[in-house]
Amino acid sequence: MTAGPVDEQGLRALIPSVIAVLVRRGADFAAAEDAVQEALVEAVRSWETDPPRDPKGWLVTVSWRKFLDAARSDASRRRREEVVEEQPPPPPGSSTDDTLQLYFLCAHPSLTPASAVALTLRAVGGLTTRQIAEAYLVPEATMAQRISRAKKTVSSVRLDQPGDVATVLRVLYLVFNEGYSGDVDLAAEAIRLTRQLATAIDHEEVSGLLALMLLHHARRAARTRADGSLVPLAQQDRGLWDTGLIAEGIEVLQAALARDRLGEFQAQAAIAALHADALTAEGTDWVQIVEWYDELVRLTDNPVVRLNRAVAVGEADGPRAGLAALAPLDPGLPRHAAVSAYLHERDGDLTTAAKLYVEAASKATNAAERDHLTRQAARLNGRLRG
Amino acid sequence: MAKYLLLKHYRGAPAAVNNVPMDRWSEGEISAHVQYMRDFAARLESTGEFVDAQALAPEGTFVRYDGEGRPPVTDGPFAETKDLIAGWMVIDVDSHERALELAAELSAAPGAGGEPIHEWLEVRPFLTEPPTVTE
Repeated sequence: MTAGPVDEQGLRALIPSVIAVLVRRGADFAAAEDAVQEALVEAVRSWETDPPRDPKGWLVTVSWRKFLDAARSDASRRRREEVVEEQPPPPPGSSTDDTLQLYFLCAHPSLTPASAVALTLRAVGGLTTRQIAEAYLVPEATMAQRISRAKKTVSSVRLDQPGDVATVLRVLYLVFNEGYSGDVDLAAEAIRLTRQLATAIDHEEVSGLLALMLLHHARRAARTRADGSLVPLAQQDRGLWDTGLIAEGIEVLQAALARDRLGEFQAQAAIAALHADALTAEGTDWVQIVEWYDELVRLTDNPVVRLNRAVAVGEADGPRAGLAALAPLDPGLPRHAAVSAYLHERDGDLTTAAKLYVEAASKATNAAERDHLTRQAARLNGRLRG
Repeated sequence: MAKYLLLKHYRGAPAAVNNVPMDRWSEGEISAHVQYMRDFAARLESTGEFVDAQALAPEGTFVRYDGEGRPPVTDGPFAETKDLIAGWMVIDVDSHERALELAAELSAAPGAGGEPIHEWLEVRPFLTEPPTVTE
């Protein structure tokens, strides 16, 4: 490495394998993770002027020293040192396996979604507790407790147990989809972690999720106005879409689809790809999108998917067909009123549409959507007044 | 995770089961009540679910803009106001069910006779950020 600003992403990419080395040397996961966090702080401080030749070797050495310091100052010092000394030399393991095991551990099914998200961002992502707390708008003390409880929960899980990729993907999807817009760019962090996962394991749904993230991230600049208000897909300035990310997303998706093992994330990514592929909103291939929704319904049988399918049917076969697809669905579904309002407006029933937009706004779970729906109601009411 | 506001009303909520005004409690009962609230908040912090807790003075002032260059107009306090907020707690939990469970626990704070107050708390979800994936 050369002197200069520390490549923080490169540095954070080393974390999972460094934690794994400490664990193989006999440290328990929680203590290893703490020690690596401390070493990171020191790395950021000292590497700018004195970059190591072997960054990972440096991190292992310093983390191990931090771990030993902590173990010695601990009340149960003697017992721990014996454990460390008694450990047989660690079996060799590749660092991609190590990385993968850490993803499994941090997304372990015994953790609640929020705990798994927090632990993944810290132990795999290398974010500090403070950064995670700020990203999720909770006090640092609360986030510290959440992480510490999560570590306790997984303390008896062995790092060499095989895990379920689906649980990891759900956690990464949550980080991507339900992030707040704080200083930490959670969407970008989710993409980084999913990319890293894709290099550690060859799995079509990992690629599917990565493609989905890239294709949605590509539209980010077009999705909101400067004042934070939402721009619906049909009205987005497609010139603002990131063509590089779209091309990458489509390439990743095609490679995954070619393996002929379709999954939920690949199907969602395929829908995003069809949107990204259209030069204009009118040029969108809605017929194919409906077909992908049919696949998604088959794969997940999720009522929210059926709701989105009704929108696509409305575009492909007209609003009446969309309303017919909507009819059997539970009106209590999130966004049901919003979808119904949109289809009624397209069908020319402005009075019903305006009422439904008001209802949809009152049920919105975020302020940007609420404001958007209120504006739709106001627009229609203005037209109805003439 | 979702954030919820647990809202405590001085007035405006349905009557509590153990509905004795605080000034008729014994001092020991008041201390026990305050301690219960403190312990509750501390426990929520340890479970990683605590965000904020605040109490409000009962008397407030209504204020409004009165035009460029003019001082704000104030009014009140209105003794007859139907709804009066005493304070709140903000929690960050995994589910709506968990929010209700915690609110119920808070409602069990001891009052007169050391018995749970069973007061009505209002649970309101926070609006969030819009999700990234929409279609």
